[in-house]
Amino acid sequence: MSPALSRPTARRSGARKAAAPPARLVILVATRKGAWVFRGDARRKAWTVDAPHFLGHTVSHLQLDPRDGRTLLAAAKTGHLGPTIFRSTDFGRSWKEAKQPPAFANPAGGPPARSVDHSFWLTPGHASERGTWYAGTSPQGLFRSEDGGVSWAPLPAVNDSPQFREWMGSEQDGTPDGPKLHSVIVDPRDPAHLYFAMSSGGVHESRDAGLSWSTLVTGLEVVDGLDAGTLTYHDPHCVRLCPGNPDRLYQQNHCGIYRLDRTGKPTGGGSGDRSGDRSGDRSGDVWQRVGRKMPKRVGDIGFPMVVHPRDADTAWVFPMDGTDVWPRTSPDGRPAAYITRNAGRTWQRLDQGLPESQAWWTVKRQAMTVDARPTPALYLGNTGGELWIGHDEGARWSNIARHLPEIYAVEVAEPA
Amino acid sequence: MKVLVPGALRSYTGTTQVEAEGATLDTLFDDLERRYPGIRFRVVDEQNRLRPNMRIFVNGTGVRALDHPLARDDFVAVVLALSGG
Repeated sequence: MSPALSRPTARRSGARKAAAPPARLVILVATRKGAWVFRGDARRKAWTVDAPHFLGHTVSHLQLDPRDGRTLLAAAKTGHLGPTIFRSTDFGRSWKEAKQPPAFANPAGGPPARSVDHSFWLTPGHASERGTWYAGTSPQGLFRSEDGGVSWAPLPAVNDSPQFREWMGSEQDGTPDGPKLHSVIVDPRDPAHLYFAMSSGGVHESRDAGLSWSTLVTGLEVVDGLDAGTLTYHDPHCVRLCPGNPDRLYQQNHCGIYRLDRTGKPTGGGSGDRSGDRSGDRSGDVWQRVGRKMPKRVGDIGFPMVVHPRDADTAWVFPMDGTDVWPRTSPDGRPAAYITRNAGRTWQRLDQGLPESQAWWTVKRQAMTVDARPTPALYLGNTGGELWIGHDEGARWSNIARHLPEIYAVEVAEPA
Repeated sequence: MKVLVPGALRSYTGTTQVEAEGATLDTLFDDLERRYPGIRFRVVDEQNRLRPNMRIFVNGTGVRALDHPLARDDFVAVVLALSGG
């Protein structure tokens, strides 16, 4: 607790209660060689670190269950061993392995059977559905657990659908680290309303808890010369739903930064309709490329997308160099976040405290996030193993840790 | 039969050499799973394929087919693939 916050109030009036100290935040850091947990003080100035968890495991994502504030799930594998999910119900003091980790089915007569290489993305289910989690995998697959992550079941409407499998392509059609299903989102107003994205394979939504799916790609661009009506060519990198307005989504895509304001009038068809972009109907749900307002010398390519916890007009990106062979470094070796406060009409650079030159790292799609304090701070982990906090909504950056392994994911949470 | 377990799987078995039974490699891994829950999926995937970077030696001979027959006194070594760099 900060004396500056609590003592004056207590002295002035015996009748008034001192304001409750803000909950202490933890930063959950998943890396190529294990997971780390950083515990902050009330002012987010000083951080202590736990010993590494799963040292040597590749941990793609580490998430706290916000519904109980103590259950942690870690998506892990090693270079040789197969993938698994580790669970802790005491905030990391002890861990148990899932009894049935995500694994593909092999339905008779279906497309060629696949094997999960790694679980990549973890999303806690709706607040009303305690124990429910979703996992996205590589190669692309969607799984659900209804027992807190102990056992996982595949969603056949995605994993075994010939149409989805065509959009996913084969494992050899993906990036060197494997194609991913990511950005699994649960609408806070409706547990049956789900979104996910695939790199590659487009953005999709379900309004019946995953039994059926519609595409959501109208307005998104693809690499020059390819047909935007073919879902395979769509490469969303990170999609976020605004807590302050769940009808608004932002997206960092392989081909720019986008905003979508849901109209309630879908454009394009269901999962049997490949032509979300071909209908010619632009009055429904159409992604707007708001990244065109980014500085030309920086561009609007990157991986992470972060949205404000309350203000749906405010969002952040962390651009990278997507020219030529895609160096995937900070543009010009000068890392910076960019913020919009008007839903993408203008963007401002946020680099105070970050290296001014010769810093060639970048930030992966799960490795940048924001807390929910009245004045939020940003958090990012980079490919060089550094963990940074951006105080005052990213206006002032300071380093929390260096020399970690390559950081894959960063989450900030309030344990119980 | 005796089964040599690599260090990466010692968190399951607690030791480097264990006893298990099976008429084939597949059923041997079933028995290992019964004794050490979770171990099979780290070595054999959901399509019943040995994971790409795992190797199995039966009496010193490399084997990848899980239907490979086993005798009671065979020695099975589960090994992480080795490479340079």
